[in-house]
Amino acid sequence: MPLIMGMSMLLACQFAGELVARGLTLPIPGPVIGMVILLGALMIRGKVPSSLRLTGEGLLRYLTLLFVPAGVGLMVHFELIGADLWPIAVTLVASTAVTLAVTAWVLERLQQGHARRNDRPRGRA
Amino acid sequence: MNVATLDQLWVYLSGNPLLSLLATLLAFALAVRINRAVGGTPLLHPVTLSIFMLITLLLVVDMDYRTYFEGAQFIHFLLGPATVALAIPLYDHRERVRRLLWPLLLACGAGIVTAVASTLGLAMLLGARTETLLSLAPRSVTSPIAMGIAEQIGGIPSLAAGLVLLTGSIGCALGPWIFRLLRIKDPVVQGFTLGLAAHGFGTAHAFARLGAVAGAFSGLAMGLTGLLTAFLLPLMTRLFGFG
Repeated sequence: MPLIMGMSMLLACQFAGELVARGLTLPIPGPVIGMVILLGALMIRGKVPSSLRLTGEGLLRYLTLLFVPAGVGLMVHFELIGADLWPIAVTLVASTAVTLAVTAWVLERLQQGHARRNDRPRGRA
Repeated sequence: MNVATLDQLWVYLSGNPLLSLLATLLAFALAVRINRAVGGTPLLHPVTLSIFMLITLLLVVDMDYRTYFEGAQFIHFLLGPATVALAIPLYDHRERVRRLLWPLLLACGAGIVTAVASTLGLAMLLGARTETLLSLAPRSVTSPIAMGIAEQIGGIPSLAAGLVLLTGSIGCALGPWIFRLLRIKDPVVQGFTLGLAAHGFGTAHAFARLGAVAGAFSGLAMGLTGLLTAFLLPLMTRLFGFG
């Protein structure tokens, strides 16, 4: 029953996450808190149970499919988007491009600097 | 023997979750095939393509979204446990995350400020209405968080959710171009960037195309961006003179 066990673990973490989010009225969705809870549990346990890995990695392999139903919901917003079509279209494309470029550039630079600093104490520099 | 008329059959089928569930799976399978046939271009991403096909189908057969979602919610539900499961690749690569903690946090901060400032600035310049503007602001955050933020700062939650989805598909389409332009090959950087700019779409794309390492960092970026934006955005909109 590895699939059942794995799914139960994932759902239990999500459930705990929802309880924390609702209980403390946090603006963070339950599953994201559930992810943090599961990560904490894995750190404590020191390994990933094989049943959890089987189920979790199976779900992650089809992650793209899981976004389709919510995406079809765009059809409900046609009117709202149509009212401001050009500002929205230009802003989305331009701003997403800039965000991608800045993030990638900053991380690439910082990572290189970080790697160099980490190398020095080992006497390679 | 009585043969039911076609419209009677349709009345039964269209009220049944089976049809939209099957249509979603078939549309996705077809979209993956088409995408593979055209050489895997991110411009025709399987998700974008299947969303487009399904919306067209629903408009043609005149089915409303609520009816469709009654069947499709079974797929949608799995997003919850799948998000929780992101802890697994994150745990697998915990050493690397720990080593890169500061670069990752700083890049995340820079990315969020860029995303929000460029969105608000451009939309203001192009004369978008205030509600549109405030619904656009949280667009690079995963939709449940974005909806909450939009509500908090005075945007329209459902519009925000739609814009988040558009941002996701645009991010997946633009990502490979930007990486080529900046000559970035490291899966860690690519994954993290996609997760930051294109939330769950980017993470799913990173898993499917760039492998588990990129997927793990993408999931990390998605979570971090969501958390940090929830705190940063209300401050930034005030800075731009709203609310």
